Amino acid sequence: MLIKRGSDISWSEITPKSVYMNRRKFLAGGSAVGASLAVGRKLIDVISPRVTAFAASKLNVASRSPFSSTEQVTPYNDVTHYNNFYEFGTDKTDPAEKAKNFRTSPWTVSVSGDVSKPQKFDIDALLKLAPLEERVYRHRCVEAWSIVVPWIGYPLSLLLKQVEPTSKAKYVAFESLYDPGQMPQARWAGIQFPYVEGLRLDEAMHPLALLCFGMYGESLPPQDGAPVRLVLPWKYGFKSIKSIVKIKLVGGQPPTTWNMSAPNEYGFYSNVNPSVDHPRWSQAKERRLGEFFKRPTLMFNGYGDQVAQLYSGMDLRKNF
Amino acid sequence: MKTILSAKPTKVLVFALCLVPLAQLVWAGFHNDLGANPIEFITHATGDWTLRFLVITLAITPARKLLRLPDLIRFRRMLGLFAFFYGCLHFTTYIWLDKFFDLSEMLKDINKRRFITVGFTGFVLMIPLAVTSTAGWIRRLGGKRWRTLHRLVYASAVAGVAHYYWLVKSDVRRPVRYGIVVALLLGYRLAIELYQKRGARARAGAPKQFETAETVTTEH
Repeated sequence: MLIKRGSDISWSEITPKSVYMNRRKFLAGGSAVGASLAVGRKLIDVISPRVTAFAASKLNVASRSPFSSTEQVTPYNDVTHYNNFYEFGTDKTDPAEKAKNFRTSPWTVSVSGDVSKPQKFDIDALLKLAPLEERVYRHRCVEAWSIVVPWIGYPLSLLLKQVEPTSKAKYVAFESLYDPGQMPQARWAGIQFPYVEGLRLDEAMHPLALLCFGMYGESLPPQDGAPVRLVLPWKYGFKSIKSIVKIKLVGGQPPTTWNMSAPNEYGFYSNVNPSVDHPRWSQAKERRLGEFFKRPTLMFNGYGDQVAQLYSGMDLRKNF
Repeated sequence: MKTILSAKPTKVLVFALCLVPLAQLVWAGFHNDLGANPIEFITHATGDWTLRFLVITLAITPARKLLRLPDLIRFRRMLGLFAFFYGCLHFTTYIWLDKFFDLSEMLKDINKRRFITVGFTGFVLMIPLAVTSTAGWIRRLGGKRWRTLHRLVYASAVAGVAHYYWLVKSDVRRPVRYGIVVALLLGYRLAIELYQKRGARARAGAPKQFETAETVTTEH
């Protein structure tokens, strides 16, 4: 019996990981064919839905964080096929399809404003600025659904300390890439672009605020905000701005996209708060993707112990 | 075309076609193809089909006149009842899978959130229409009163569009498209009514004639 040595096997013979992982689904192929015909989906999407055009690269995670949740992590397939990234369309499944060819390299992030050392960082330089941690965070969308994601990055404070904010700096403003050529669907989204967000300086310096480069052990897929985004687990998801190109330290509260779109619905702080409803729906409960029943929403998304002191004395109904 | 529309098997075929959206949902459900948030998917799909069937039902009368296919009337009740059917599915999804039969939560929603208020109204207005959809009820009410009652379907359609418009976050394209279609379908009826009023006024000034089949309106 000839046993092939590793070197005898060519690349073309190796089963793609996604198909291998879904081989049981392939065996149930008969029903899959029927299902895909009935629902009008491509067969490949039914058998191995993880097939995507972008090539994720493995990230070297130096440590697991004590901030990580022990809750069950949401399946990768759900986190990559249920996205709000309006630059690429407003349906939840649009970004996965339409951001496939989003160019995330070369990429620079400029950090400027009230800082002593303004700089333009290349994405590779940014990745090497500090050791990468894995943070398993709860992520709560303002639409009242939530996921649990193993993000990879390092505290935003480490980047901010590098540029040395001056005493004039009170807030941090962020801006996403807006490229109409790569984002033709953006004009129908009903919000202004480029997407902008902002934080108070102490919020930005908080250890929970993550400058994020990856998830599930790999670099971010385009639909999840590649190549670099924020993750602010105690705030509604839209504050966790994706595909960052500009960071600016400023003296006054900066404009934020959803607040400009509907100021009575989306506040500057947008801390997760079950007792302050969105004008059009309740925030008391949420649907954790993958669960049947709704679960009660937690104040600050369950991170009150870490962040509540940032808001002591503030009326969180007024400053929603 | 006319023979197809008047043939008996056609009604069965149309009935089967009307069930296809439900069949798709059930099939997708069993094959885990409802996406990452299945309950949201079902809610949106059933809501979409409620609106679509309302629009299709409202299109029957203009189609009969403009395409000269009077036999289309055979399908109007069935299509209207399917609008109600998908409306029931949509409503059931909301009260069961969204609210888990929590009555106080539902009442809070209906009172506070206007997209729910208007959606609930649109659904409730369809109930008397479904109940009185039979020939027996047309007889009981008499053609004129039945016709007046069934004009509530216009309110349902408008309520459905408002419900959709008031629930989307920022992309208003789909509700606006439905709104334009509903406006055209209702505008058609308005135009017909104004035209008939003008005709009636002209006839009132002219010498008396016997009422003919053309001057007595039988439906809208």
